[in-house]
Amino acid sequence: MVKLEVTVAKVKMRNPFVLASGVRGNYAGLLIRAAQEGAGAVTSKSCSIEPRPGHPNPTALIFGNTVMNAVGLSNPGVAEEAEQLKKAVKEAGVPVIASVFGKSADEFVQAAKALEVAKPAMLELNISCPNVSREGRMFSADPAATEEIVRAVKKAVKLPVSAKLSPNVTDIAEIAVAAKKGGADAITAINTLSGMWIDAFAKKPYLANRQGGVSGPAIKPVALRCIWQIRQAVDLPIIGGGGITSGTDAAEMLMAGATAVSIGSAVCYRKNAFAEIKDELIAFMESEGYAKVSDIKLE
Amino acid sequence: MLPIKTKVLKAEKENEKVVRLVLDLQLSGAQPGQFVMVWVPGVDEKPISIAENKPTLEICVANAGPVSEKISQLKAGDEIFIRGPLGHGFEQKGKKWLMVGGGYGFGPLRFLARVGKEDGKSVEAILGARTKTLLMGKAICETCFVTNDGSEGLTGTSVDELEARLSAKGAKYDMVFSCGPERMMQAVAQACEKHGVQSQLLVERYMKCGFGICGHCAMGKWLACVDGPAIYGNEALKNPEFGKEHQDRCGCKKPI
Repeated sequence: MVKLEVTVAKVKMRNPFVLASGVRGNYAGLLIRAAQEGAGAVTSKSCSIEPRPGHPNPTALIFGNTVMNAVGLSNPGVAEEAEQLKKAVKEAGVPVIASVFGKSADEFVQAAKALEVAKPAMLELNISCPNVSREGRMFSADPAATEEIVRAVKKAVKLPVSAKLSPNVTDIAEIAVAAKKGGADAITAINTLSGMWIDAFAKKPYLANRQGGVSGPAIKPVALRCIWQIRQAVDLPIIGGGGITSGTDAAEMLMAGATAVSIGSAVCYRKNAFAEIKDELIAFMESEGYAKVSDIKLE
Repeated sequence: MLPIKTKVLKAEKENEKVVRLVLDLQLSGAQPGQFVMVWVPGVDEKPISIAENKPTLEICVANAGPVSEKISQLKAGDEIFIRGPLGHGFEQKGKKWLMVGGGYGFGPLRFLARVGKEDGKSVEAILGARTKTLLMGKAICETCFVTNDGSEGLTGTSVDELEARLSAKGAKYDMVFSCGPERMMQAVAQACEKHGVQSQLLVERYMKCGFGICGHCAMGKWLACVDGPAIYGNEALKNPEFGKEHQDRCGCKKPI
């Protein structure tokens, strides 16, 4: 019998599969559902201090191996989110990771403290979102800003903190090093790739926001490369994901250097994504002679 | 699934608030209860129930908000984009059907009634509205109209008439299908449960992606876009959020 348990920054998970932030994680019911479907941990949708309506529709599209979205970080704000998280923490039976974002280090700290009361197992800092106060640049495009935000949150909360990084940078390893310097306990990567979908017949971008994030199986090679680069640069645990939809995809992500594997768009490609991917990973481990998840490495 | 460009063939007023758009497109495999995402470039995109697919796609749009107002103002020849069919439609079980519609909820039920009749089902309908100017006109099966103010048909609610029919001797329905305001559907499901008749409802929630990734349209653990919008009444009654709360555009819970 293979062992699926993994530990990320002292957070023990029954298997390496983590529901990615922004995917069916808006409310307690959905987080509990993902846990019941087999997730080893679940991440809530990124939350800000105040409620945000996000962008108008169209906000998402699925076509072939590509998923695109520009939901625009809609969320009910920390006060309401904390209540949802409390329920999820009580009933999910797996670690709940709370994702926060803000437009400044101070906003990150306020949001993080407001969600800490719900006692999630870990905080994930979504520093890979558009940042209005820096003219549309993401914090995670800048090592100094990354370090500053991680440090500020680490100082303010007792929970382990993971920094969620974007692939839309020249050198993701440099950002991971900055997150570590700031005191991050883990790295989550990758956020979506920046992209655009144009409808030729409408002669217009499809997403109301014009630009959006690309996910789905199409981005797996980019994700593997990013995780591998981060692994070369830092010794922190990594929740690695991007286009993982099968057990062998998950094995590849672990070989690239991930400690746990996040599952996002796969919920649209597989009927019962968590259970199916988990079973496939077990079959892979048995056929290739791996006793535990941390044994899965590049040779 | 990509949006498909089509145009409006005909825009017909159903009543004071609802317009029926006949589109120059047939969607392969579209089932009653499923929906499409209707995109008007530069305006917005909105989920709308399929109201017919023969000979071509039809949607009924109520002028109820800024986006549906724009869609309801479309005219013959106007361009529109359709993504679908999406979601899980009604399960067409049993032989003797009763439809219970409230307001513009009659659109998808009329599609179901037509399909059922062609399939040899016995189909009856109850259609209720506050007043006669809000009833949807075109009936394609034996339809009993009910208005709250008595301005047309029976006076009362569609649930009163449902209750009367379920209590009547010999009226053994195999399935009750309902679409309309959620509190009305809740009463329909409760009445059906009381009388031991199965029901299916069409639940509406604020929807963003339409294909099960964003999670915005949740009702408890259930997602309107992929698990629904059709749901069995007994399942809905067990859901802690049914008839109680939904989400606004931010995802804040609001009472229904």
